Parts: sequence; structure tokens; C-alpha cells
Amino acid sequence: MSDGPVLAAHGVSFAYGDTPVVDRVDLAVGAGEFVALVGPNGSGKSTLLRILLGLITPSAGTVECLGASPAALRERWRVGYVPQRHLLDLDLPATVEEVVVSGRTARRGWWRLAGRADRDLVDHALEAVALTEVRHRPVSQLSGGQQQRVLIARALVGEPSVLVLDEPIAGVDHASQVLFRDSLVHLVEHHDTAVLLVSHELGAVADDLDRVVVLKQRVVFDGPPADLAATGVSLGVHDDDLPRWLEELGP
Amino acid sequence: MSALGPSLERPVGALLALLPLPWPFEREFMQFALIAGLVIGVCAPLIGVYLVQQRVSLLGDGVGHLAFAGVAAGLLLEVWPMWTALIAAVVGALAVEWLRSRGRTTSDLALALCFYGGIALGVVLASRAGDGSVAIVPYLFGSILTITATDVWVVAALGVGIVVTVAVFGRVLFSMIVDEESARVAGIPVRLGNAVVAVATAVTVVAAMRVVGVLLIAALMVLPVASGRALARSFRTTVAWSAAIGAVSVVLGLTAARAWGLAPGGSIVLVAVAVYLATNLGRLRWRSRTGSGRPAQSERHDHHDHHDHHGHAGHHHHGPGDGLGPGPVLGR
Repeated sequence: MSDGPVLAAHGVSFAYGDTPVVDRVDLAVGAGEFVALVGPNGSGKSTLLRILLGLITPSAGTVECLGASPAALRERWRVGYVPQRHLLDLDLPATVEEVVVSGRTARRGWWRLAGRADRDLVDHALEAVALTEVRHRPVSQLSGGQQQRVLIARALVGEPSVLVLDEPIAGVDHASQVLFRDSLVHLVEHHDTAVLLVSHELGAVADDLDRVVVLKQRVVFDGPPADLAATGVSLGVHDDDLPRWLEELGP
Repeated sequence: MSALGPSLERPVGALLALLPLPWPFEREFMQFALIAGLVIGVCAPLIGVYLVQQRVSLLGDGVGHLAFAGVAAGLLLEVWPMWTALIAAVVGALAVEWLRSRGRTTSDLALALCFYGGIALGVVLASRAGDGSVAIVPYLFGSILTITATDVWVVAALGVGIVVTVAVFGRVLFSMIVDEESARVAGIPVRLGNAVVAVATAVTVVAAMRVVGVLLIAALMVLPVASGRALARSFRTTVAWSAAIGAVSVVLGLTAARAWGLAPGGSIVLVAVAVYLATNLGRLRWRSRTGSGRPAQSERHDHHDHHDHHGHAGHHHHGPGDGLGPGPVLGR
């Protein structure tokens, strides 16, 4: 692994037609860093995330993913991505275990059958997100919080160097948020995985972050949570207040 | 019709002579139909399960219409129609997938192009083919009576191809139906996976058109899957149930066709419809008693599947009055 950032945006801009969504953004996430990208709805968070992952091309600027442009990255499995739960078809006729195993496909090589090592990793990931008991249940029968943890376990088994999560705690109950926080902290502390959490609320992970980046088309804050807290902003569990203070922050 | 020559027909006939099957499969033509039908009944849901989950249940239908144009072209050019249908279906399916993936047009518009362009081209070509307009009917609705040993060999070969394809690409396709975007981020060959589904759909349609016809094949790709989903708790068992229901639909449909002189393609699909109704009504009753599961979501998907078939029916109005006839039937 290179010593540089695992994810970086240099002067990245993007617009839908004449409407700028992301404007000259610089961002870097280092190995083993736990970073939150926050901002109100429409601030460009999800667009920036999709640019960082190589799913869309910026109109200006460049992106680096593990030292390469996303299109040129050979070991793509090193980038884990947990999409927004509500965008998925979780009425899929599949068990928790089947969905989690599918997270190993790219890492193992899609033409290979799952082996003992793969099954051990699946066991470990299910244990990390406290879903071992329901591994044989259909994902459609789980609560929203449990489904979210299935998606996290699916990303974990790919052994990513960087994990990107899009609105992972939206609509998730507090107990699931705590389990979610534990699994991310485990990943950062024990596997040196970089985590970029994209959200408009931070919930239970607020105290564990290395940095917070506030986006409102442009980066209006990038630093440790304590510095943000010094401005009078609380990063605790937010229900309604976070979007309000985000509106007041920056230009 | 047997452009591959009669040499292939003898081994099949000799093999089947060793199988003393009871009524209604004691005669050679019914044994040909049974073998071809079982291959289709098992293979169509193997691909259909991915079409249903990717919300492109009507792809088989659209490709069927293109295969129809291919059959007409074969009759006009005096080439074995299975080949021309295969070429038209594969090229058309890849074109639909290309349009869809590039965002050049929406899935339903791309499929509408297939439906109307395919059927219009088929009708025009058939009208130029002399006796072709009569010869094309068995391909529209299936014709068990005219299945040859060569057809059985070709269907079996295409079926083996589909099973091998699913075995090789199944893990890619499953990753895609869980979430295509995260699969793409992880480096899963999503574009290849979509192309594989498109080509496998085309191959299945062509393999099935002599048994159930191009107008009904999509039903065998979708209905057993919709039934299997209601019975299974995992993806693996959904696939197994779907294939089993497809096979049972073929056996019961052929039996009914033989017993009452019905059109075999329609009979097979009606059995699949009955199984769908039985499994899904049973599930809803079970849920209403136990209060388990999430009926709202399941209802949404059941409606989706059901709606697809309304859509299907809405595109076809062929019948006794439109010059195409109701399709061949079996006598006792």
C-alpha cells in the first residue's frame, strides 16, 4: 500500500446541467482514518461519494483511489461500498448468509467457488455485526437496522482497505446504531481500514471520528470533531438539530 | 426442417426406444416433447430468476418478438429458422442491454422497440415468404407435434449451455442483483454479467420456441420464479423450486394437452399460472393467519410480477380472428 491517502479529491467539481453540485473540493482520507462527510440534503455529499468511487466522472479535477484513478485501479475489491439501504431491493429471496458471502466474490475471484477461508471470514463478519443468530433468515424478514448491518458485513468480508458508507444510519434504531459503531471501530482499530462515512447525521459514531468534513457544495470545515465542537456545534446523537446547524455553518 | 440432417435423429430415437414411459409419453413424439420441454422447464427459470430480480421480466418477451422476426427471415431465405432466430435474438438482446446500460433509453422503451419492431418485421418477412406465413405459426405458439429429433438435440445442447453459463456466472449475477452499483465498485464484471443474461435469455427463447412458442416463453421464465420465491427462504432454494415448478408445469401441461387435445404451449403456461396462484394465495393466507413476514413488500413484488403479465397479454391479441389462428393442438 502507498503511504499517500487512500482516497483523495483534488479540485473536484461537478454540475447537473448549469446547476453546480460539487465545487472545487479537495479532500483526503488516510489509511486507518475514520472520517465523516456531513452536510444538509442537496449539499453534494452523495455526488462527491460517487465521484470518489469512480461511478461518475467529475467535470473538473481529479480523484485518486488507493493511489490510482478509479478507472485504473486493479484491485478494486480493496474499496468497500455500503450503499443506501432504501435504494436496494432487500425483498431479495436470499438469506443473510448468501448476501454476505456475495461480498467475497470480487476478492476471491468471481470464477472461484467459496472455500473454507471465505466461510471463516463470513462467520467473523456476521459475529462482528451481531447477526450470527439470523444468518439463515431471509433478509426481507429483518428490521431496517439489521438489514443495514447485513450490508456492512457484506462489505467487511471483502477485506477492504477503505470502506465508504452512504447514509448508513438513516432510519436505524439506536441499538443498531451502537452495533454499527462497534463494527466500524473494530474495522479501523484492528484492520487499519479507512472509513469514510457520508451522512447528514452522525449518531453513535460522533465520538470516534478522527475528522469531520462539512460539505455545502464546497468544503466549509475539515478538521477534528473537537475543533468543530469549539464552534459551539455538538456532534452527539442528532435527530433534528444537525441539519439546522449545518445550514448556519459556512457560506 | 431438419437442416442438420437425419443422422442425428436415429440416435435420439434409439435412445428413447429404451425408455418405456407410460401414457401420455409412450409415443415417440411425446417423448421428444417431454425431453425438450423438461430442458426448457428447468432452464428458463434459471435465467428468469435474474430477470425478475433485475426488474426486466419482459426482456424474454421482447427477445421472443425479435426471434419471431428471425424465424420469418429464415423461412424467407430458406435457412433453418432456429439459426436465424438465434442470431436475431442474440443481436437484439445485446442491443437492448446496450441501450439500457448506456442510458440511451429506458428499459421499457427499449423493450417496446423489440415488441413492435420485431413483430412488424416478422409479419412483413413472413408475408414475402409464400407458404412461410403458415409455417411460422408453430414458432409463435409452439408445436409439439412437429418437434424432430434434431430439435431435441439442439434444445438439449442449448440447455447444457445455459446450465454451464449459470454455473460459471452465477456468483457474478447474484452480486449484481444484491446491488449492481456496489458490485461495480468492487470490480465485479457487471457489463459482462448483463451481456451474459441478455445472451442466455436469447438462447432460452430460441430453445423454447418449438415447445411453447415465442409468444409464451417469457411466462416460463417468470412465473415459476414468482412461485418459487413464495416457497423458498433462500436464493439457492428459490432457484431449485423455480426449476422444479418449471419442469412440473411442462409435464402436467403436456399431459393435459394430450388428454384433452389442447394447445401444449398454452397448457404448460396455464399450469404455471395455476401454480403461481396456488403458491401466492397460500402464502398470503398463511401470512394473514400468522401475521409474519412483510406482506406490504411482498405484495408490491407480487403485483409487479402480475402486472408484467398483464403487460404481456396487452401486447398480443392473436387469436382465431386475426389470421394467425389459435396454434396447433394435440389429439388423443
